[in-house]
Amino acid sequence: MKTFLTTTALVALAFPAMAEIKIGASLSSTGPAAFLGDPELKTLEMLVEDLNAKGGINGEEIVLVAYDDNGDPNKARTFATRLVEDDEVVAIIGGTTTGTTMSILAVAEDAEIPFISLAGAIDIIQPVKPFTFKTPHTDRMACQKIFEDMQKAGITKIGMISGTDGFGASMQAQCKEVAPDYAIEILADETYDPKDADMTAQLTKIKGTEGVQAILNPGFGQGPSIVTRNYKQLAIDLPFYQSHGVASDGFIELAGADAAEGVRLPGTALLVADLLAADDPQKPVVDAYKAMFEEKTGTPVGTFGGYAHDAFLIMTDAITRAGSAEPAAIRDAIEATSGLAGTTGIYTFTPEDHLGLDLSAFRMLEIKGGKWTLVQ
Amino acid sequence: MSELLQFLLSGVTVGAVYALVALGFTIIYNASDVVNFAQGEFVMLGGMITVMAYTAGAPLPLAALVAILVTAALGVAMNKLAIEPARGAPVVSLVIITIGASIFIRGAAQLIFGKQIHSFPAFSGDDPFRILEATILPQSLWVIGGAVAVFIGLWLFFTRTLLGRAVLATSNNRLAAQLVGINTPFVMTLSFALSAGIGALAGVLVTPITMTSYDVGLAFALKGFAAAMLGGMGNPKGALVGGFVLGVLEGLTAGYISSQYKDAAAFIVILGVLFFLPQGLFGRKSTDRV
Repeated sequence: MKTFLTTTALVALAFPAMAEIKIGASLSSTGPAAFLGDPELKTLEMLVEDLNAKGGINGEEIVLVAYDDNGDPNKARTFATRLVEDDEVVAIIGGTTTGTTMSILAVAEDAEIPFISLAGAIDIIQPVKPFTFKTPHTDRMACQKIFEDMQKAGITKIGMISGTDGFGASMQAQCKEVAPDYAIEILADETYDPKDADMTAQLTKIKGTEGVQAILNPGFGQGPSIVTRNYKQLAIDLPFYQSHGVASDGFIELAGADAAEGVRLPGTALLVADLLAADDPQKPVVDAYKAMFEEKTGTPVGTFGGYAHDAFLIMTDAITRAGSAEPAAIRDAIEATSGLAGTTGIYTFTPEDHLGLDLSAFRMLEIKGGKWTLVQ
Repeated sequence: MSELLQFLLSGVTVGAVYALVALGFTIIYNASDVVNFAQGEFVMLGGMITVMAYTAGAPLPLAALVAILVTAALGVAMNKLAIEPARGAPVVSLVIITIGASIFIRGAAQLIFGKQIHSFPAFSGDDPFRILEATILPQSLWVIGGAVAVFIGLWLFFTRTLLGRAVLATSNNRLAAQLVGINTPFVMTLSFALSAGIGALAGVLVTPITMTSYDVGLAFALKGFAAAMLGGMGNPKGALVGGFVLGVLEGLTAGYISSQYKDAAAFIVILGVLFFLPQGLFGRKSTDRV
């Protein structure tokens, strides 16, 4: 557990009267979801520092109080309570995973503190809870985007191979639910453990299933890379779809450009920053974040750090517009956000929609020659 | 028919990984009756250090050698710093110490290596070999070859060398071993170095297939432990057979029943075997003299 006071503490001590806005965060920067939480924390720290260097919000300095919940919902709940009661923050960003989000959500709603989650599940914002918002698209939307693309290609019968981790299992369930809307039939439904060494048995079974026209692999971490390599090993020549869970350059590197050739997946604008049209509304924000993050950390940007970037953007935009750092005023301002371009998509919140994204936020990408390309 | 062959090859690939990890358990167990739960961490270190040395520009064989030597040294350090000071403690306490050591190594690896997933190129390329209609990757053959080579080495060590017999004697009765002139602290140091080295070798061989990150050790340790228990803890033959049986079971279950029940089927078989043969398939009979 670490506490970060990203502001210059000395300055704060020297001028105790100076106003500051305290924003809390509980992220999984270590533990099983560290892969996500780590870039999220780095993003928030970097953005707070940058904003303060530019004079803060309405002349007030931002203070980030961040805790590491280790991906444990119980710890997340403790930290959320501490953020509200001891640190007296005006808003909370965080909940790297759906599990930790659900814990923080309960505390934030009780205390009536605006809360922006960075986790995927649709349950976070459906039914709508007054103080809870989220930045990532849902896995249901990823399924819809993929099925839309399949429909265009005339694919109606598919096989699925999903990871049994939270991400894979949730997306598997969502895809099965929305498949009938796109007249898609799931003929084979296999799973693998995220730490498995070989998935050729499952893929052979799907390959041998009569009528399968394409294969979809919802998953996260190294699993999908191994599936992709096994796909090539078995020389399966069906169209192959991955999920947004592996939308990063690391995936191409791990699976090998050769094996990943032709893989399609729904990703965010962040991944194809160089390919965006000059007049794309997301281009300035995507370019700025990418340049700043890569210079600061020396690692490539990823979708997940982008979620934290967008949460911080929405939060600071709302505080600026509200002209006050009262939780209720911030909440109202967040809900009134309209047409705000983030790295993930363009956010427009309404009292009925606390996600604020539609399917257009996803771009269909295809890997060609070891590089991401946009599917038109 | 070709499907069956592919399921078998998939099982053999996975089984070789389990067998290689299981073999690492045997030496420390034979020397001290301690099941070393940090064994998976040695596998992780083997893979991670190779990745680091390789990305730093070292040729792959040199990177692998560095990884094995560094990990063996860490194994010795673990023995000196964590196991030896608790010498008089019962075996259960020592096992718990190894769990603590594994958590420590994982935490340190997270800080030193970061949280990203890594891999390095397969030794002999990625073009699969075709056997009838089924395929197997050249790297899988490396893993299978590695498992068999380590097995033969260990078997010769325990049955043909004085040192190997000294290790077995130490485990049987440390006091008696000391009385006949066996340097038991040296035997312990040696067994940790060898176990860690074998673990690291496993990591080097399997990483191109499974990839590696700071937290892969636990999964390796669990499956390797299951394979070792199935075959009979402490017996290299048991570790080898246990690993392959476990892998093939998983492959066949995933292929013919459902991948959902893959792990369950394997563990049910293990439970069944241990119910009838509590020492595992090839375990030594333990008779307590009263």
